[in-house]
Formats: sequence, structure tokens, C-alpha cells
Amino acid sequence: MAAAIAGPLLGPYWADLLVKVMILSIFALSLELLVGMTGLVSLGHAAFYGIGAYATVLGSGAEGGNLIVLMLGAMGAAALYALCVGALSLRTRGVYFIMVTLAFAQMAFFVFHDTKVGGDSDGIYLDVRPTLGGLSLESRHALFYLVLAALAGTYGLLALVRRSRFGAALAGIRVNEQRMRAAGFATYGYKLAAFVMAGALAGLAGSLLAVRDGVVNPELLSWHTSGDVLLMVILGGMGHLRGAVIGAVVFTLLKELLSTHALMGPLADHWQLTLGLTIIVFVAVLPQGLMGLAQRLGQPIGKGGKA
Amino acid sequence: MDIGTFLVQCLNSVQYGLLLFLVASGLTLIFGIMGVINLAHGSFYMIGAYMAFALSPLFGDQFLVMLLAGIALAAVLGYLLEWAFFSYLYQRDHLQQVLMTYGLILVFEELRSLLVGNDVHGVKAPAWLDGSFALGELMSYPWYRLFASAACIVLAVGLYWVVNRTRLGMMVRAGASNRDMVRGLGIDIRRLYRIVFAAGVALAALAGMIAAPMSSVYPNMGASVLIICFVVVVIGGIGSITGALVASLLVGFVDTFGKVFFAEISGMGVYLLMAGILIWRPEGLMGRKA
Repeated sequence: MAAAIAGPLLGPYWADLLVKVMILSIFALSLELLVGMTGLVSLGHAAFYGIGAYATVLGSGAEGGNLIVLMLGAMGAAALYALCVGALSLRTRGVYFIMVTLAFAQMAFFVFHDTKVGGDSDGIYLDVRPTLGGLSLESRHALFYLVLAALAGTYGLLALVRRSRFGAALAGIRVNEQRMRAAGFATYGYKLAAFVMAGALAGLAGSLLAVRDGVVNPELLSWHTSGDVLLMVILGGMGHLRGAVIGAVVFTLLKELLSTHALMGPLADHWQLTLGLTIIVFVAVLPQGLMGLAQRLGQPIGKGGKA
Repeated sequence: MDIGTFLVQCLNSVQYGLLLFLVASGLTLIFGIMGVINLAHGSFYMIGAYMAFALSPLFGDQFLVMLLAGIALAAVLGYLLEWAFFSYLYQRDHLQQVLMTYGLILVFEELRSLLVGNDVHGVKAPAWLDGSFALGELMSYPWYRLFASAACIVLAVGLYWVVNRTRLGMMVRAGASNRDMVRGLGIDIRRLYRIVFAAGVALAALAGMIAAPMSSVYPNMGASVLIICFVVVVIGGIGSITGALVASLLVGFVDTFGKVFFAEISGMGVYLLMAGILIWRPEGLMGRKA
């Protein structure tokens, strides 16, 4: 946290990386709401991230526009698509749900990839950075604190959700949906609400990314992006909000490390290979994620952790 | 659209649908029997296509021999992968299966890029399948595409026969509906799984080999076919081979005619079809109600 606040003082490289990590943290947190809190494994979460990013660039126009309006628009657009996808995909469950979310995300990918809406496969540039009130976001500092505030807001919101009645219902659905239905909860409505909210937050992350990078392309919606964010959530450890943030940090660092020539030599050009192998080993050794590891290490041997 | 073009497009639809069925049936078998969601299934299709690219200069016109060699190689690969990775996934939840097979995709894609690079390649059809079959003035259709359809039909019938008429198929069907019961009956389920997995990999790779002379061989071809296969499985209903066949043909028609009539947004056609089916029957055309 201290590192986050002092971020801009660390020099442009680290400040820039930190902004990226914070944006990915928001993205991972939004998926944690589905996977960790509700037990819905979505493999199409990149769609909402990408739609948020595209909405921001498409809405900015020649004058840049007001960032708050753009961010709300991006969240709205992502939420709207999440409402359509969620309404359909939540009719299915388990592995069906995984496949359906992936397929609908791929449909969104093709819309941006194959049509002129978003400049087809090349993507589009943000002509002028939007402004926040009178504040220009051309300055690195302003963007940094904006993203930090968004992350804190997202984290705080999800922490509140977890403690609310709504969050308790989601937890109940994760553990035993049938029992929740028997207890009189309209589980479909709860799941749909969580899905739309997660979509909106992913849209926020996408919107911030568009402002940071100044360019968007269909890659943002690709299923690799969905796989990466799912990896972040699990890497950190599901069921903990901290886990999503830790996952985003570790994933970004891992990617940087694996593609650094000084460390990996010629393998750095093939970092996907090493990343893939790391994932496989990780799944085999650490099914509970890093938070699970921390818990195991923190507990005296013999007492045992969560069974 | 005149009748000749219409017929050609129909043949194309059937041919594409049958090819999809080969890949999707492997996916369905692996999921239906072993309960493993395998994201790397598309990679096996890609491996098959690259195998055709690598092997066709060696085998020349012995195309059928090449296909057999490819099937054998893919089955061995599948057997080894089951032993090394997938056998650990049966007791895990879907999330971990998704992650590990996602890791495998990254590995396969990078290995491909290391071994053969990222260029797009073409594979020549064998000389004895060169040229086109002409129906008077009405239409002409490439012999190779007819061959591809015929090969897929033979395989589909063969698969149907194995699953419904043989002892192995009986065990497979029993395993799909009640795993514990099969284990309780004293059937060596580990060996059964390994055979089914190897067969699934071989089917996907074979589809890739057959597809190679028709479409170019390119990176990411695995991912695109995987997602279409997911659509097929969702439409057809999980675990149903017949459902996979019907869904593959439907997807083949929607995709092919979508490209003819709505070129700009043709990519969306099959997803709209999937959305429609989900509204109507969430469990798929032939799936069992969950």
C-alpha cells in the first residue's frame, strides 16, 4: 500500500508498471466476484474488459471528453453486454457455463476484429486523453492516483458486498445452490446481479487501460486475456479479495521475469512456453493458490488447514 | 444464387460440419467419459494440420498411408499426455482442469512456433485427388472436398459402430453414465480412460490432417476450432455423440451460408444460433436435463 501511494516517486518504469498492475487488480477483483464469491467459472471475462476499453475510446471523440462520463459509459456498456450474456449463460451450469461464456466473449471479439466499428484487427487510437474536471491526465501523477482511487473503490465495494446480505446469498449459492433455492432465494436473479456487476467492474478496468495505453485492439477481448485473468484469480487464491490483487501482482511480475533476457536467456523470447509450464506446475502443486500456501505455512504442522 | 452455387454451398456446409464433428466428438468423448474439460483439444487439431504439412512431402501421393501414420503418432501422443498430465485431473474441479489445459495450450503454441515458425503454410492435396468433379454445366466440385466428406462419414459411422455395437463402446457408454458403477464392476477404468483419450486426440489430429489441404495451416487455428467445438457441444448437448453430429451439421450450414449472405458479420452467425438454442433448450438439443 505504501508502495502504491509513493508509486510516482519510483521513476517512470515502475510507476507505469504499477498502474498496469493496479488496473489488472481491478480486473481480477471483478472476476473474483464471480469465481471466488459466487462459484461461477467464467472464461469470457475479457469481453467486458475489452468493451469497456473500446467504449472509452469510441466515446472520447476529438476533444477527449470528460473521463467520469466516459468511465460510466464504459461500465454501462460492459454491464449491458453482461446482462445479455449472463441472462443466457446462467441458464446453464458447470462446464456448460465455462464454454458458453467463452463463446460469447469470442463473439464480441469477432465484432471488433472483423468489422469497421473498432478499426478491425488494428484497433483504434485515443486521439486526445480525456480530462477529469479541469485536470489533464497527460500527467503521469494524475493517472496514477486516479487508478489507485478506482482500485481502492473497487476493493472497498467488494468488501462491502461480501459482508452484505447479497454477498451472503452469493456465498450460499457457491456452497449449495439447490439448498439456497429451497430456502426461497431466487438464485438466478442473484447470480445475474453478480454477473452484471462483475461485468461493469471489468468495464471500469478496461476503460482505465484505454486511458493509460491510448490505444485499444481486439486482443483485449481475446480468450488469452480471459485465461490470464482467471489465472490471476487462482494464482492469488480464490475466496480472498487480497488473493486477486496478489495474483495480479505476481502474474505481472512473472510475465516480466519470464520475458527478461538477462534472466531467461534465449528462452525469454518464448516466455509463453515457460509461463505455460509454470501454470501446469502451479496447478499440480498449489491447488489453493498463494493464499492457500500462506495459510498452510502460517499454521502449525499437525493442526491442518482447511480440509 | 443459382442452383449450382447453392448445391456447392450445401456440399461445403456438409463437409465443414462433418469435419467439425470429428473434432467435437473427441471433445465430447473426453468430457463425457472422463469429465475433463480439455481446452487443449484444439491444439490437437492444430498438431494434426502441422503434421500433414511436415509429413506430406515424405509420403507424396501415399495420402492414406500418411493419414494412418498421423493417426498412430497422435494416438501415441495422446496416450503419453494422458499419462503425464490428464490422469491427474480426473479428481480435480473444472477450474483446475481449465487452468492446466490452458497452460498446455501455451506450451503447444510456443513449441509450434519454435519448431515450424509462425508462417502460414499450404498443403497440397495428393495428385489422385486433384481436379474437380463436374456435373455438366451446373456445377463443379473439388474431388478433395468430396474425399474429405467421405472420409468423415466413414469415421462417423465407424465411431457410431464402436460406441454402440462393441464391448469397448459398451464400457465407454457405461462409463459416461455412471463412472463409479463401471469401476465397481471391475473394469480397468484407467486403461479405458487412456484409450478414450488417445482416440479423442487421434480424431482431432486426423481432422486437422484432412483439413490441411483445404484451409491453410496457420498459428491459432487450434483456438478457433476449439471455440466452434464448444458451440457445437453446447448446441448438441454434453456427452451426446448424436447431438454433436446434428449440431456440427447445423453449425456448418449457418457458418457457410452466413459467409455467403452476410459476409461482414458472418462470424456472429453460429453464436446467434447458440444463443437461440440456449433460450429454447438450455441443456442442448440432445442433452439430458441437469
